[in-house]
Amino acid sequence: MTDERARPGRRSRGKAPLDRDAEIHRLHRWESSAATDRRGGDIRRHTDVSTSAALDIPTRPDPAAPLSSVAQSGATGRATTSGPGRARRRRRRGLGTKALGAAGVVGMLLTWELLPLTGLVNARFLPPAHEAIGGLITNFGLTDFWVAVGDTMQAWAVGMIIAVVLATVLGFIIGSSTFLRRFTNSTIEFLRPVPSVALIPLAVLLFGVGIESSLMLIVYACFWQVLIQVLYGVADVDAVAMNTARSYGLGPFARMRYVTFPTALPYVMTGIRLAAAVALILAITAQLIIGTPGLGAEIASAQSGGNYISMYALVLATGLLGVLINLAMRIIERKILSWHSSVRTEVAA
Amino acid sequence: MTYIRTFLNIIALPLILLAIWFVSTLGETSFFVPTPQALVETFFETWTSERFVSDVFPSLGRLMIGIVLSILIGIGAGLLIGSFRWLRALLEPTLEFFRAIPPPVLIPVIMLLIGIGDEMKVSVIVLGAVWPILLNTIEGVRSMDEVLADTSRTYGMNKINSVRYLILPSAMPQIMAGIRQSLSIALILMVISEMFASTEGLGFAIVQFQRSFAIPEMWSGIVLLGLIGVILSFIFQLAERWILGWYHGLREIEQAA
Repeated sequence: MTDERARPGRRSRGKAPLDRDAEIHRLHRWESSAATDRRGGDIRRHTDVSTSAALDIPTRPDPAAPLSSVAQSGATGRATTSGPGRARRRRRRGLGTKALGAAGVVGMLLTWELLPLTGLVNARFLPPAHEAIGGLITNFGLTDFWVAVGDTMQAWAVGMIIAVVLATVLGFIIGSSTFLRRFTNSTIEFLRPVPSVALIPLAVLLFGVGIESSLMLIVYACFWQVLIQVLYGVADVDAVAMNTARSYGLGPFARMRYVTFPTALPYVMTGIRLAAAVALILAITAQLIIGTPGLGAEIASAQSGGNYISMYALVLATGLLGVLINLAMRIIERKILSWHSSVRTEVAA
Repeated sequence: MTYIRTFLNIIALPLILLAIWFVSTLGETSFFVPTPQALVETFFETWTSERFVSDVFPSLGRLMIGIVLSILIGIGAGLLIGSFRWLRALLEPTLEFFRAIPPPVLIPVIMLLIGIGDEMKVSVIVLGAVWPILLNTIEGVRSMDEVLADTSRTYGMNKINSVRYLILPSAMPQIMAGIRQSLSIALILMVISEMFASTEGLGFAIVQFQRSFAIPEMWSGIVLLGLIGVILSFIFQLAERWILGWYHGLREIEQAA
């Protein structure tokens, strides 16, 4: 009942519900036709500034509204940088952008192909691109290659999970108490910039060439990335929201679950995304220097064995792995944060 | 009173940790973990003598050159690429791929192409540390406030002035965020490049200690690397406060309003 009174079609209260709905519908149509009129010239004029985000943040479009609704153009009446309208505009431009990007990749490969031919660099040390790519494709059919990829990914995944769980739990505990935050601040700020590779000799002494030594490096490096983000996130909790939750009688765990956790989640995801890249770097580093089995160790042995084509193929493979991990983390972040306004407003093209 | 409390907050946990370390190494002498006193002694013995000149100095020099080159190249190329939409579209996928390559795997490649001298180590540092700065500069230039850009164009600002007074300042917060990431990458790559093929440098010295089982010396090297990391980030914070002072002030006013 109270819900009805809050609706916009308030004057028509008392009439049959069907009438009121019709009235709302009529108003909505009027609004949307006005909006299209007003925007007619606007879209064309503003196509070029569609990347400027600053102006349009307060006029966030409503994703549920119809395409032609005024909600898509915001309170200023100009086309917003987001929403379906932008998606349409971007799709048109997207083709050209993709073609240019592909041209850039092809140009880079051509340069690589031609460099050894010109004799500027020794063809033995920099084989032409087609040989390295051929080597990569041959690798795709080899069991050894996939075993190495599996070893690398295993160290990556286990290290990430340990670091993320540790950092999230500790971050929430430290972050939710002012005393603990002040108490640990100096230690965290001191330990965080210590480069993880400084621990390589220690890892070798303690664990030898086992997977534990790469895990130790990965966990140390990723832990700080995630912990700092969790601390920022927990500190970012809105005081009004927290007080509201408290006066509604939510217990400490409910407040953690429904207030702190949703606020901190975007920060946690940022931390995890950064940590994913760092974890791959350290997994490969450990294999390269310590000799833990994996892609890095394969690269080191290909290099010392003078098998340069295979070395370049493996370097390409690690790059592809990095790109895939970045893409996957971005998709996961988008999925998990699909409810968050920063993700909702940018409609994927 | 508040000063005393702040001071206690800063030193309490480190003191407790030191005390735990002291007590736990008191009884038996562990092979892997030296006592605090022994570590302090070895630290000064190891790093204040001629080793400072022969190992620490060249390492720091390479680190500094690498960082400065990365900043110059990253900001320069980033301004160029960020200002032209077609250039950005052309290069973005390629740059994303290069950034995704873990920088340490470039060490064997660069060793082949350049050799194992100082140039190799500096190029490794630059090739690893330039990406965060470059990509953040591009992003900062791209997301510039269009009203400001239009205004400066309307007022007839020339190219040089608009780079100096409009584009650089508006991209600076992003650039500084990139530099912060680059610093830690540069330090990591400095150490790794010396562990790989070298006869001097911090990374080489630490690995040497570990191979000859000189455990307290190895720990002192780890502590020294940690100190360098801490000092670097401290210097960076000072520089950021100086360069971005106006920006933090603006943010505070906006948030208070």
